[in-house]
Amino acid sequence: MSDFTFLYRGRDTNASPEQMQKTMEKWRAWFKQLGEQGHLKDIGHPLEQSGKVIRGKQKSVTDGPFAEAKDVVGGFTLIQARDLEQAAELSKGCPILEVGGSVEVRPIQAINM
Amino acid sequence: MVAVLTRIFGVHNLALAEDVVQDAFCRALEVWSFRGVPENPSAWLMTAAKNRALDVLRREKTARTYEPELSRWLQSEWTLASEVEEMFSDTAIKDDQLRMMFSCCHPQLPEEAQVMLMLHILCGFGIHEVACAFVTTYTAVEKRIPRAKKVLAGSKRLFDTQAPSDFSNRLPAVQRALYLLFNEGYHGASAEFAVRADLCDEAMRLAKLLLEHPLGATPSSYALSALMCLNKSRLSARVDASGKLNSLFDQDRSLWDQKLIAEGLRLLELSAQGSELTEYHVEAGIAAVHAISPTMGATNWQEIVSLYDSLMTIRPTPIVALNRAIAVGQRDGADCGLHELRTIPDSDRLAKYPFYHAAFAEFELQNGQIEDAIAHFESALKLARNHMERHFFETRIASCHANMRADQI
Repeated sequence: MSDFTFLYRGRDTNASPEQMQKTMEKWRAWFKQLGEQGHLKDIGHPLEQSGKVIRGKQKSVTDGPFAEAKDVVGGFTLIQARDLEQAAELSKGCPILEVGGSVEVRPIQAINM
Repeated sequence: MVAVLTRIFGVHNLALAEDVVQDAFCRALEVWSFRGVPENPSAWLMTAAKNRALDVLRREKTARTYEPELSRWLQSEWTLASEVEEMFSDTAIKDDQLRMMFSCCHPQLPEEAQVMLMLHILCGFGIHEVACAFVTTYTAVEKRIPRAKKVLAGSKRLFDTQAPSDFSNRLPAVQRALYLLFNEGYHGASAEFAVRADLCDEAMRLAKLLLEHPLGATPSSYALSALMCLNKSRLSARVDASGKLNSLFDQDRSLWDQKLIAEGLRLLELSAQGSELTEYHVEAGIAAVHAISPTMGATNWQEIVSLYDSLMTIRPTPIVALNRAIAVGQRDGADCGLHELRTIPDSDRLAKYPFYHAAFAEFELQNGQIEDAIAHFESALKLARNHMERHFFETRIASCHANMRADQI
């Protein structure tokens, strides 16, 4: 088993409380399924839509990132899977896809010195 | 609410669960005194407790360990709110109450402590109210409940209501605790009231939870619920509107709750499946005989005596023997009744029980031995535990005097 990250984009953060409740129910159900199958390493967290960006040698601080809603990373999860193919397959159950969002699946890089 | 929160925080965090509930009530006091009581107060309190729980979970993430199965779902913001929401759902609440009921019947706790814990945690009774229910002092309860809570909090987890053998092992203790709770409400010995309908209601509510669980719906559980319904049906006649205590012999039977009687008889039917015969079956049977008798005179005392004979083989206590003696007296006449009373084994345990003396009095009265009757009633009066009992015996004594005067005319 190797480790992968799911990075979610395209969350609808303008939902009403009722919609939010329904949506989070779907996410919870998906996570429970992944958990039962032994793929869930760390559920991770949702992220607020913007914060700050610190850049470069100057360490400049700006508000941001101000990207289009569909490009903002809205959260992450850590997954265990046999390989990238399986990880990608697992991501297909993510509720964000239903609302036109996307899941970026990236293997954790093993860095050797 | 404490039951649900103990499930969320884990049984070792029982005190935290209680604090959160306390906070919810405090907030309610603050907000409601400004804005008035909301339409649905319990829903409001639930929401307040839920939000407070979310605060605690977020704030104390690394500080505490929670229920092991739940902690991963409580640690991620993806799942925290919906997990907590789920746990406050009606089905989850009922499950948690059942789980807490079983947890309270911890084998290391004496029966009385189990019932006290149930009253305190599940029924929300404060220390003072528990003390009233158990005819004991505030300080005694103030010591016992924290000790009992420590035992509970010391168990590794809440009782697992899914494990069939554990469930069946503990079921008798739970039933007994509910029986004692109901009894406290029905035959209360408290200094204020002879009857506490709210205790009966709580016992009935919890007994119903038992029946809703597949492992809990046993014949004995049905019998217990039947017993409670049938006895409760008489409560408004037992204590009438003026607060007077009326014995079975004097009750206005038109005040008996026929719906409850019907429900009790239905449950009694259901309890007749299988070969299990418990004290609850027998007691329910006795209550049923009374419930279907339109008048005192129509009562099938033979049936009642047989049932008491059965009960004596299952649970031979002086109180059961006393009730049996009274029934024999009804069936065979006052002399037989007196004989049975005199031959109760261990009757010294009844010496302080006012209705033991009253039983002698009633039979002496039936035999026309009015002075002896008065003497026994006066013994009963001295032992009366609350104003309702006092009034009851005073009335009996007055009635004896009236009889005497009538005889002298």
